[in-house]
Amino acid sequence: MNAIVAIIRRDLLLAMRRKSEVLTALFFFIIVVSLFPLGIGPEPALLRKIAPGVLWVAALLATMLGLARLFAPDHADGTLEQMVLSPTPLGLLITGKIVAHWITTGLPLVLLAPVLGIQFDLEASALWVLVVALLLGTPLLSLIGAIGAALTLGVRGGGVLLSLLVLPLYVPALIFGAGAVEAHISGVGAGGHLSLLAALLALAVFFAPWATTAALRIALE
Amino acid sequence: MNWNSPAEFFAMGGYAFYVWGSFGACAILMIVEPILAGRRRTSILRSLRRERLAEKLDSQ
Amino acid sequence: MSNRIVHWFKYASPQSFYPLAGKMIPLFWVLAAIFGVIGLWITFFVAPTDAQQGEGYRIIFIHVPASWMSMFIYLILAAWAGLGLALNTRLSGMMAQSLAPTGALMAFLSLWTGALWGKPMWGAWWVWDARLTSELILFFLYIGFIALQSAIDDPRRADKAGAILALVGVVNVPIIYFSVKWWNTLHQGASVSLTKSPSMAQTMLWGMLIMALCFWMYSIAVALTRVRAIILEREAHTEWVKELPEVKQ
Repeated sequence: MNAIVAIIRRDLLLAMRRKSEVLTALFFFIIVVSLFPLGIGPEPALLRKIAPGVLWVAALLATMLGLARLFAPDHADGTLEQMVLSPTPLGLLITGKIVAHWITTGLPLVLLAPVLGIQFDLEASALWVLVVALLLGTPLLSLIGAIGAALTLGVRGGGVLLSLLVLPLYVPALIFGAGAVEAHISGVGAGGHLSLLAALLALAVFFAPWATTAALRIALE
Repeated sequence: MNWNSPAEFFAMGGYAFYVWGSFGACAILMIVEPILAGRRRTSILRSLRRERLAEKLDSQ
Repeated sequence: MSNRIVHWFKYASPQSFYPLAGKMIPLFWVLAAIFGVIGLWITFFVAPTDAQQGEGYRIIFIHVPASWMSMFIYLILAAWAGLGLALNTRLSGMMAQSLAPTGALMAFLSLWTGALWGKPMWGAWWVWDARLTSELILFFLYIGFIALQSAIDDPRRADKAGAILALVGVVNVPIIYFSVKWWNTLHQGASVSLTKSPSMAQTMLWGMLIMALCFWMYSIAVALTRVRAIILEREAHTEWVKELPEVKQ
């Protein structure tokens, strides 16, 4: 446990020193979300309909942007190899890194999304559902994305290749996450969607660090 | 027997474009793919032969 | 007893598998041709004209087998890749690598024929039907696998990385299918579906099964052809390759 906390602290400290990277992803999120009304038209009824989907897709893309940062800097300066060699189980260290990644990438999205949701004329209860859905979904995105980041570590065409690998795997999160808000708006209730999202998160917490660790070992050997 | 004449067969009851578009794509893909796989093999064989010749000439 | 075990694992080495594959390829082509002829016969001359869909429905005799094969090949690919990861065998990785393009072809064919079936039937080139959408994502998974392997230079690392991706994919395919089905049933306006066909007549089922067998034999034949090329590429430096009759001529 100490190891995980130490890793989280370290990664957060490093992220704070390179604030621009974190903020860039955030502004990307804001800009992408703002592009859709510009492309589609300002009619409130239409915007309310597309809002959950748009916000979720933008969250996916913003998370993808941040994934490159997960392992590459540590790989470049040799820290990653030290982590692999350390007596602490690599899986725990990886989990710590993923948590830190979520704090710097996912959590800001969760906090920012309701503000942007207002732009789309979503009503307050829908915004709450959106926040909960993103709260469950963004860690899921970080976990799945970590597998992709480990697989493409140091590989040519890294960023785009990473997107190609990871976006299909993001589809269930997108469907249940955006679907939760839509279900709430249409009166059906978001319970089912959110439960499924939570189930996926539980599965990912269990399996993703394991797969990421295997992928990292392959990348580093 | 479903068809009264070859013309009817090719017309496919008006769906000719879709039916032959599907079967045609299938045929094309299933001819091109093995050809490409075969060519991959011949090209590696060619370069292996060239290497072998080069080694033989080198050792002479 | 130990004789039998040794005999089986003998073919796990590229060196002994190469000639074996060479001998098997013509056999599978013959089987593919036989099943293909029978299947096409049923498709065009035995299966009757459909009351609602006319002749257009004959596309299912390609669409459904292609879908089945695309999913089946993905499973086999993941199995080979997982085997290679567990046992650290080179040939397993080579088999996975050789199956991927064929699987992608099947997925593409499924999407293509799905569109050509959908247009005259439902009026749109693409319908966000659960099966078609899952097929599209499966196609992306294939492309991702191929892209990852071609981006990694070291073949052993490519094998292992591809294996992890394939295994993660295989676990996700049912999840993706379920989530897309959920999404589809909630959004479905008219309840038309490419998967809901009129009660399958016996002939239709037989036709699809035989065409599926044809596609299966075809896939094996092509994958074996491709794996022979891959074996030569990756084992180029070995003595046994240099001593092959086709190299020495």
